[in-house]
Amino acid sequence: MAIKTYLLVCGGAECKNAHGTELYQSLQKEIANQGVQAETQVVRTGCFGLCAQGPIVKVLPDGTLYANVKPGDAREIVVEHIAKGQPVQRLLYNPAKSQETIRLAEPTGYHKQFRIVLRNCGVIDPEKIEDYIARDGYAALAKVLTEMTPDRVVEELRKSGLRGRGGAGFPTWLKWKFTKDAASEEKYVVCNADEGDPGAYMDRSTVEGDPHSILEAMTIAGWTVGAQRGVVYIRAEYPLAIAHLETALKQSREYGLLGKNILGTGFDFDIEIRLGAGAFVCGEETALLASAMGERGMPIPRPPFPAVSGLWQKPTVINNVETYANIPVIMLRGGDWFAKVGTPKSPGTKVFALTGKINNSGLIEVPMGTTLREIIYDIGGGIRGGKKFKAVQTGGPSGGVITAADLNTPIDYEHLQALGSIMGSGGMIVMDEDDCMVDVARFYQEFCVDESCGKCAPCRIGTRTLLNLLEQITVGKGTMEDLAKIKEVGTAMQKAALCGLGQTAPNPVLSTMTYFADEYEAHIRDHRCPAGKCKALVTYTIDPEKCIGCTLCARRCPVNTIRGERQKPHVIIQDNCIKCGECLHACKFGAVSRK
Amino acid sequence: MKMVKLTINGLPVEVPEGVNILNAARQVQVKIPSLCYHPDLPPWAACGICVVKVKGLNKLVRACAAPVAEGQEIITHDSELFAIRRTIIELILSTHPDDCLQCPRNQNCELQRLAAEFGIREAPYGKRLRDLPEDDTTGSLVLNPEKCILCGRCAAVCQDMQGVWALEFIGRGENTRIAPAADVTLNESPCIKCGQCSAHCPVGAIYEHSHAREVYAALQNPTKHCVVQIAPAVRVALGEDFGYPPGTLLTGKIYAALRRLGFDAVFDTNFGADLTIMEEGSEFVERFAHGKGELPLITSCCPSWTDYMEKFAPDFIHNFSTAKSPHAMVGALTKTYYAEKMGLDPKDIFMVSIMPCTAKKFEIQRSAEMSSSGQQDIDISLTTRELCRMIKSAGIDFRNLPEDERVDSLLGEYSGAGTIFGVTGGVMEAALRTAHWALTKERLPSMELKEIRGLDGVKEATLQVAGKEVRVAVAHCMGNIETVLDRVRAARAAGKETPYHFIEVMACRGGCVGGGGQPYGATDKIRRQRAAGIYRDDEKSAQRCSHENPMIQKLYADYLGAPLSKKSHQLLHTHYQQRKVYKR
Repeated sequence: MAIKTYLLVCGGAECKNAHGTELYQSLQKEIANQGVQAETQVVRTGCFGLCAQGPIVKVLPDGTLYANVKPGDAREIVVEHIAKGQPVQRLLYNPAKSQETIRLAEPTGYHKQFRIVLRNCGVIDPEKIEDYIARDGYAALAKVLTEMTPDRVVEELRKSGLRGRGGAGFPTWLKWKFTKDAASEEKYVVCNADEGDPGAYMDRSTVEGDPHSILEAMTIAGWTVGAQRGVVYIRAEYPLAIAHLETALKQSREYGLLGKNILGTGFDFDIEIRLGAGAFVCGEETALLASAMGERGMPIPRPPFPAVSGLWQKPTVINNVETYANIPVIMLRGGDWFAKVGTPKSPGTKVFALTGKINNSGLIEVPMGTTLREIIYDIGGGIRGGKKFKAVQTGGPSGGVITAADLNTPIDYEHLQALGSIMGSGGMIVMDEDDCMVDVARFYQEFCVDESCGKCAPCRIGTRTLLNLLEQITVGKGTMEDLAKIKEVGTAMQKAALCGLGQTAPNPVLSTMTYFADEYEAHIRDHRCPAGKCKALVTYTIDPEKCIGCTLCARRCPVNTIRGERQKPHVIIQDNCIKCGECLHACKFGAVSRK
Repeated sequence: MKMVKLTINGLPVEVPEGVNILNAARQVQVKIPSLCYHPDLPPWAACGICVVKVKGLNKLVRACAAPVAEGQEIITHDSELFAIRRTIIELILSTHPDDCLQCPRNQNCELQRLAAEFGIREAPYGKRLRDLPEDDTTGSLVLNPEKCILCGRCAAVCQDMQGVWALEFIGRGENTRIAPAADVTLNESPCIKCGQCSAHCPVGAIYEHSHAREVYAALQNPTKHCVVQIAPAVRVALGEDFGYPPGTLLTGKIYAALRRLGFDAVFDTNFGADLTIMEEGSEFVERFAHGKGELPLITSCCPSWTDYMEKFAPDFIHNFSTAKSPHAMVGALTKTYYAEKMGLDPKDIFMVSIMPCTAKKFEIQRSAEMSSSGQQDIDISLTTRELCRMIKSAGIDFRNLPEDERVDSLLGEYSGAGTIFGVTGGVMEAALRTAHWALTKERLPSMELKEIRGLDGVKEATLQVAGKEVRVAVAHCMGNIETVLDRVRAARAAGKETPYHFIEVMACRGGCVGGGGQPYGATDKIRRQRAAGIYRDDEKSAQRCSHENPMIQKLYADYLGAPLSKKSHQLLHTHYQQRKVYKR
């Protein structure tokens, strides 16, 4: 009997962590229990991008999407949906958390999305090469090897206008051309899978959900530039991605898609995995190459660029995961087709990890030129808890903030840079009225202090100096002169730090100082944190007029610093207060206020 | 050579392709400030002070690391660049102690000089020092990580130039520091004490372990008979600290200064060099002509090199000359031969050697054979830099000292062969002058073996001596040694004849003239100038060969008998053993 129904279970790391593995096993068991195993198949796929509501189960062919599925729900899904054809209403995906119960073929906002990079994520079993091949996998490689010349490949890339998705947006065709034209018997293809921005996981999900797309693209790159070996540099903290990559490598070797004489064309190419120990700086290409060679991960000045002297001092193409994931599609559908997606200067799509104070946090892929408003409100479902949008941070610790005034900005490399931020690798963190921008800058600076490799003085000392100045401001000890110092140090870092990490590390503070100067001044002049986030500047008080003496706040207070008798106004003894805010949240009468 | 044309601050410049902007700018008298760049080393690009503007580029470019390109228009100095550089210097100073007055690099510190040139008067970013312990476990060098500005020069010298890998970056970000790998102490590390780290450090983060106080104490002690000797390379470099051009030969003035410091006798290590040639040359003749012992014979007068060999190349132990280094021979004879002549108890003699070297401080205690007189043969070894400070602090007007002061001749007279020990190729040249005589009873046709002079890392020559081919190799700068050893190893493994009969090795670039204890600021230009001073000393010598030195002949006649005699072995020879690369 043929398979009638497929149950796609998300195997992304978030869903797996939320008992996704047990869910997968329970579904298998229930299918056997109900005797429908001959016509039903459970498939573990890559990430659906709906991470806030995982684990996700999608039923095909009807397209029903279930969210927040527990292992205990397996029986109900199999009995009701598979056996009786009745979808389980209570588990249906419902992104806006509205009362309306909808049965969805696609979740809200999916129509704004356009999937090239994530085309197979959540669709195929990433551990089965057959699934990948069934969705045109390796067709691009076959086409390139049998029908195209290396120059044609570069020309298609040029026409596509694809730019590096690692953050800098360098034209990919140029990188490939430089490496192709470099005279050397020995060349390398490197995949940068050392994603390190806090809150970003685009590359991890792509590798987890569709590892063959990376291998196929790297093999195409190898053939184009004349390399024999490829290296995927991936951080060791991504065990699932590494496991899927290893499986994929094994399978593609078995299928003759890697190794000697690929597809009978006489082309030899193989790929190995190098694990990184999780240093942010190793996302910088020269530091990555040093680390991949077993050296300390520290950047070196360019030129020479890796295209001339990279891995083992040989010409090397180095692109990030997302860039590679676009390649097979471009080769199959043509550069002209790709160039029509997105904007003229930034064609194609961009994957973002949408996180922070947003309803539908998760992984999204949108055409370049989509506005921030569309991403945050139409796809992201707006701000959590009905709070007020304050800013969105793109580019992580290297980026800057974008305020409500600029929400209609179409997203591409140039527009983001003009706003003082950067595309970065695709982290997008949404902040609401409760977020203090000085504190946000402090957080990112702290990250940069930890992640600076320590090689160049502007970054090593500059990041710490900025952090110290910011810490002074968050405790109310900053001066207006400190703001001038921040600008001076930040500018020196932007201009004179050796690599992208140090050059962009001052971006969060300089950008928040530009857009939220009033918040900085409030901290410095008034010793006040408008968002109430900086504990040293916050005072919780109880309004005796409003307090009815219910004692709830006193009972909730973890340090016992609220005094008062029943039915009489209570008082917070300030000396011991740790500013945790429990009393404010506890009070049902609006008597507690934060200043 | 392809030339590149560009403009720097509007001035036209034409330089060979591949030259970096920093060096191109010097052609038009523009000095671009820098703290981490050193002409001996590949650019590391850490400090960020040398940034310049290149027209058409958004980003600033590090002048040390960027080769010039045709048609570039470069701005090296403007108010924006000044502000950026000043901020970086202020940032570096915010992590650097302010104890300049107590610092060994006071008035000779590249950071101090930059701060002065930039007119730094404030500390806008406060002071964040790291409380890290000093490492003076080697007795030769002191590593003070608190003062380190992480320019990376020492690690590059240790790894790339010397091939030793004793120093490494440890930790990350603001916790980055320089230390031996695995955080062992320097003494437990592969360190060979060559001191090139200290010679390249721009600040006072790694410097020689000073023993000047012990010397002052001995000079003050009426019961001590203080004797001193100076190494060949000292006489052509010491003057740099007193305003003389590098390479100025100041032997007489140095003798005079030493007498005025209070030494009772002034000897010369060059005498010991002549003696070393007698012993080592005889060893060579024994091995080469009489088949007694392995070939190639390898020189052993450089203590860093012997330390390196014992750790990294113990398969060459039997190839090493057992002759002690020149200063050790003078030390042993001072407390025996000289003591007997003078009727002194060796216990009362305090022997000081002035060396261009930090490893000599280690060598004087490296084995029991360094106490062949019954006492430690050399009590203290000082670097050239330490002697400079002593001369200054003793109030000696060095520039106006007499130039013709004589050495105490018993262990002081030297030949031209003895003096060229201070430069790469010199030991080989001196040995061949005497070996040729020993084998043929004739002088070499030309005293000067030009093929083995100069700064090429590995130099080779073939001589015809008594109808036989003598193949020699000379290597300096420790990183070049393995190439030579590998050639010998390959021949050994293949059962072929050795590619070389005699190999000279010196650990420091240029030989002892570029030693780790010499005045700061050595570059290849200065090394060549110092070497030229040494060769001038050789040329003007009455005797050009060690065996012609009358005081050497007298020593053998009066005391030792003959080279390689029992007494020679007892006083002038040592042995080697394999040592662990990491002691822990």
